[in-house]
Amino acid sequence: MKQIVTESFFFGAVLSLLAYELGLLLKKKMKMAIVNPILIGILAVMGVLSLWDIKYETYQESAKYISYLLTPATVCLAVPLYEQMKLLKKHWKAVMVGICSGVLASLGGVFLLAKAFDLSHELYVTLLPKSITTAIGIGVSEELGGIATITVAVIIITGILGNVIAEAVFRFFHISEPIAKGLAIGTSSHALGTAKALELGQVEGAMSGLAIVVAGLLTVILAPVFAPLL
Amino acid sequence: MRLLKQFSIILAVAFLGELLNVCLPLPVPASVWGLALMLIFLCTSIIRLEQIKETADFLVEIMPVMFIPAGVGLLTAWDVLRPVWIPVSVITAGITVLVMAVTGRMTQRMIRKGKRKDG
Repeated sequence: MKQIVTESFFFGAVLSLLAYELGLLLKKKMKMAIVNPILIGILAVMGVLSLWDIKYETYQESAKYISYLLTPATVCLAVPLYEQMKLLKKHWKAVMVGICSGVLASLGGVFLLAKAFDLSHELYVTLLPKSITTAIGIGVSEELGGIATITVAVIIITGILGNVIAEAVFRFFHISEPIAKGLAIGTSSHALGTAKALELGQVEGAMSGLAIVVAGLLTVILAPVFAPLL
Repeated sequence: MRLLKQFSIILAVAFLGELLNVCLPLPVPASVWGLALMLIFLCTSIIRLEQIKETADFLVEIMPVMFIPAGVGLLTAWDVLRPVWIPVSVITAGITVLVMAVTGRMTQRMIRKGKRKDG
């Protein structure tokens, strides 16, 4: 049995899809924020791998075909954005101010907390790009002399967390404008959070997609300014 | 053949994004170039919405599943995270909430200020 699994081209992909389906099913049944299909999916796959003692590399061998679609899917985020173009043109100033303040809060907040925890420069620059999409974040981290593997891990944890807590944060801070919700998710938790924004609505999804791009580019420009501070 | 054509257009734009990523000395990944290009093509009617719509909607809809392999990959990151996990967790959680709240509140305030001026 194990040999079939380790040599399969489809095992990892099927396991990921089934795990996500399980997450969707549980979400429908329980309706709690923590019962999040991505989080459940990840935990279920982890469970199966450790239960059957299957290596991550073995799983990744076929699961990578699912990740392969991530670039074309990100390209397609242009479609909801295009459909909301009129709204974007009308509110472009609010959109820009919102994303800029979020990026500054991210970089400034990481600096203050890193100082409070007395982190090394290396770990500080590793955490600086934590809010932006993985592909840009790795580049920024490496450029500044950070540890890329930790950056990737932190970016993914940020994304899952943002996806799980978004609705609670909006309730707590009384954020109800769809544009504001979308930008908040995209700026704080990139594409992984955007999955939640798309679930909330078309405007939220479109704005979240836009925020991935703008926040990512702003961080590329501003992170080198913050890096020498610590 | 309509869906195949749609998928081909999307992959072609992703490929153009990849080309820009390789050719230009900027730390912008293929996916972000591709998103920007696709938006420009749609706005300038080089690509019409109906030429990609169904396939694009499908890919965006199944996007959450694509993050599962990366999330499972956290299993392999534990060894490097272990020595620093306390400050890293606090910073990760704290900043995520902070950025979400600041971006959301700022945008909302700007939009409502604009609305008052309109009315």
